[in-house]
Amino acid sequence: MASLVKQERTAMSGDEAVAYAAKQSDVDVVAAYPITPQTIIVEKFSEYVANGEVETEFVCVESEHSAMAASLSASVTGARAFTATASAGLALMHEMLFVTSGCRAPVVMAVANRALSAPLNIHGDHSDSMAARDSGWIQLYAENAQEAYDSIIQAFRIAEDLDVLLPVMVGLDGFTLSHTLENVDTLPDDVAKKFVGTRRLTNVLTHEGKMAPFRLDPDNPMTMGPIALQNYYFEFKRQQEEAMKNALEVIQKVNDAFAEVSGRKYGNGLIDAYCLEDAEVAAVCLGSTAGTMKTIVDELRAKGVKAGLLRLRTFRPFPVEQIQNALKNVKAVAVMDKSMSFGGNGGAVFHEVRHVLYDLEAKPFVVNYIYGLGGRDSSPRELRGIYEDLQGILQSKHVENPIQYLGLRE
Amino acid sequence: MTGKEKGWKEIAPAGVCSKSSSVFLTGDWKTYTPVRDPAKCTRCLTCVLFCPDGAIRWRPEKGDIEFDASYCKGCGICANECPTKAITMKLEQEQ
Repeated sequence: MASLVKQERTAMSGDEAVAYAAKQSDVDVVAAYPITPQTIIVEKFSEYVANGEVETEFVCVESEHSAMAASLSASVTGARAFTATASAGLALMHEMLFVTSGCRAPVVMAVANRALSAPLNIHGDHSDSMAARDSGWIQLYAENAQEAYDSIIQAFRIAEDLDVLLPVMVGLDGFTLSHTLENVDTLPDDVAKKFVGTRRLTNVLTHEGKMAPFRLDPDNPMTMGPIALQNYYFEFKRQQEEAMKNALEVIQKVNDAFAEVSGRKYGNGLIDAYCLEDAEVAAVCLGSTAGTMKTIVDELRAKGVKAGLLRLRTFRPFPVEQIQNALKNVKAVAVMDKSMSFGGNGGAVFHEVRHVLYDLEAKPFVVNYIYGLGGRDSSPRELRGIYEDLQGILQSKHVENPIQYLGLRE
Repeated sequence: MTGKEKGWKEIAPAGVCSKSSSVFLTGDWKTYTPVRDPAKCTRCLTCVLFCPDGAIRWRPEKGDIEFDASYCKGCGICANECPTKAITMKLEQEQ
């Protein structure tokens, strides 16, 4: 594409890439508290502040609950707010996650996905963000450091779109992405800033009976998120669901617009379908696992196996129609979960993917693979075994055990 | 619910109030209501100062206090604080 801008290639960890994206996104306020494996994001950003490279107000808060409270507070004044966390930090924010989405505050947050205690574990899995899946936040999961960088820049445009106005969390796998150096192509500062743009505000009717920009402003006082009881609470929740539906469109548009500038796009923004057109067996996963899985698909394809992969880049809003279309001709599907839903008969991704496949005329066999908890590595051999299992299911026409634990000792 | 509430497409996001809290009449929450004996009342205004809802006002033109039933939640603080015991709390349905 002729209109592509010249980009600089730098070796960066996923965390550094996220901090760099935030630096280029004209952020007004960052309120954050360090926690492994997110720490580098906050450290790096505080260096930008100390060096005068950004005009951002950096708030050193005393906890993640306060980090989200401060980010929310900044956002509802019309400012652009960014924060980052992981694991226990996200858990401590839990209450404020709902307040932020309920106040329709377009905060952007990076989550360096990490396991939750106990036992204590600092390594990567999706237990933290999956526990926040119903908090009203849009959830994007990055496959690599490049996508982490690109997704943060895109996230501000998605969150601040007037048809959306929802906070966005961008997940990057702890250590696998957060601490691993990769080549990352970065946009020039002015191009990134222009892409993100200036935050626009919708107008609302205030209690004084006048229309005013949707922000806390002493000159145009308004009340946000006050008490709404049996008579109105339900309606506000329905509005949030509508915003999620709108986000399905907006995420795709932003993905396309970003491709025009950078030359990079991630599937249609919602799903990344790999070799699925004629696939008979396919896996569904989130995040960095997709990198290894795509290599395995290539190997299998070279041997004549009709294998494919569906990476869910967007988990909230859940792209129902896109998943149905992508998997409608597949005969056996393995859904991979990097977290547990204890007592839930499989993981969260499994529940939701199988749920949308129920409406297909030709329902595929569906198996759940729970893997990688606490950062346990899944080798290519183990991951290849998933496709071998699927081929066995196609032969036997039978799923022996729908919930499998990959790489677990008996 | 009154049946006059708006649908989700008609209201501002985030619970932004389209009306002042003064039109939200909280007086219908109460079980007990204050009843004053004007003969015992010395107009000392202790109740005016103590009322947490601002539901008792001094009316200088009348030279007297006035209870606003629209906001009184029936907490009974006025009756408790009244130095001459001029205020008693009575079940609302009996009034």
